[in-house]
Amino acid sequence: MNEIIKNRHEFVVLFDVENGNPNGDPDAGNMPRIDAETGYGIVTDVCLKRKIRNYVEIVKEDSEGFKIYVKEGAILNNQHETAYKFLGLDPTNEKVAKENREPLRDFMCQNFFDIRAFGAVMTTKVNCGQVRGPVQINFARSIDPIVAQEVTITRMAVTTVKDAENKTNEMGRKHIVPYALYKTEGYISANIARKTTGFTQEDLELLFEAIVNMFEHDHSAARGKMAVRKLIVFKHDSELGNASSHKLFEIISITKKDGEKPARNYSDYQVQVDLSRVPEGVSVIEKL
Amino acid sequence: MGYGIRLKVYGDYACFTRPEMKVERVSYDVITPSAARGIIEAIYWKPAIRWVIDRIYVLNEIKFTNVRRNEVSQKISSSNIQAAMNDSSKELYQIAPEIRQQRASMLLKDVCYIIEAHFESTNQAGPEDTPEKHYNIALRRMRQGQCYHQPCLGTREFAANFELVDNEEIKGFYDGEKMDLGWMLWDIDFQNDMTPVFYRAFMEDGIIEVKDLLKAR
Repeated sequence: MNEIIKNRHEFVVLFDVENGNPNGDPDAGNMPRIDAETGYGIVTDVCLKRKIRNYVEIVKEDSEGFKIYVKEGAILNNQHETAYKFLGLDPTNEKVAKENREPLRDFMCQNFFDIRAFGAVMTTKVNCGQVRGPVQINFARSIDPIVAQEVTITRMAVTTVKDAENKTNEMGRKHIVPYALYKTEGYISANIARKTTGFTQEDLELLFEAIVNMFEHDHSAARGKMAVRKLIVFKHDSELGNASSHKLFEIISITKKDGEKPARNYSDYQVQVDLSRVPEGVSVIEKL
Repeated sequence: MGYGIRLKVYGDYACFTRPEMKVERVSYDVITPSAARGIIEAIYWKPAIRWVIDRIYVLNEIKFTNVRRNEVSQKISSSNIQAAMNDSSKELYQIAPEIRQQRASMLLKDVCYIIEAHFESTNQAGPEDTPEKHYNIALRRMRQGQCYHQPCLGTREFAANFELVDNEEIKGFYDGEKMDLGWMLWDIDFQNDMTPVFYRAFMEDGIIEVKDLLKAR
């Protein structure tokens, strides 16, 4: 399990939202992100990575080798005895950082899951002072154009004493998408895993587990009902891969069963994986 | 002097950031030779060869869109890592909401380019490094969709799809038009302390001729 991955992978994730806001747009007053020209909904790559990090943090509880570097919110200070390697270096200056770039990088990769998976930028004044991680995720886009609704809500309490003099409640706003199915693609480079970050088979399984469960621990008033519906993994026989990624992604077709009616449920869509079109040297694994 | 290849690259979004607008990123109108080289190197590269971009064909209309995201304001400081390595009681993390910066990016939408490139031998080439060998490996990988890591259009969240192009007629959106794209990044000269090198990009009939500026330096 602890072997570094030897196969290139691609994956496709389908997730949906019901009466919620999957990813707010700070430019548009936190309305769901939308491509203004086409009306398709968008969820950014960083939004999904955040969910994956959070899941790993919950499940692994900062255990050794599975720490998360980019955290969210309050930190529960649970100190573990970490087997930090003692290098005995001088107080750092840039030159030392230059000479010790690799030990520093390896240390970060060994200890932090998110750096092993997604990479990180370190402040070393050298080119490639950044770690490129093997896992690459695209923006997710909805299958059909979305309609964002604005819902006005009231609260039977007011904020300040001054407000209390002339009103008894306050109005607020929520933005929701009644229903939308989103699709995103991801890529995992076995080369980068081998040469740079040491992303293992165990990490890979954890990543897929995190993707499947990424919304299970992310419920909030804003999100509504979100769920991952499908995770389809393409595993290549070789490190470099056996087929173009876009050709693999085309094997999955998603169609709305009734073109006239707006979709309101996952069952309104038909998802087909055309196994006859899978090229040689690639296997399809449906994780969900 | 190696043989030339033609590679079609396309994707939904791209961001070839202008160096003068890096915080709130604004993309160049078209792909830079530097990004094009990066795409080819993601497919095949060895220290014995150096890819040189000869021509860039712009097939689709240049369209922009805007995306604002929460980003963090700091890189990981090496001194913090050092401290944690030397003292295991030190916590090492970044709390994203505390160092949050909302940044907008002006992205390109729905791009499609054909990159024409060849490779030169470098001084690290040995006797076994024949141009034929590298050319054939590169071609095979491009044909089969193999790559070292999935190439991207400027930043990693915008993956690039790639296909080898045979000698077909290339017709693009800007056929019959001339455009001056201004002063653009050509590439970074890694030999000389990472000096950026710029060039004046002219697009005629959707084709940008690129010179190898490293040789002239």
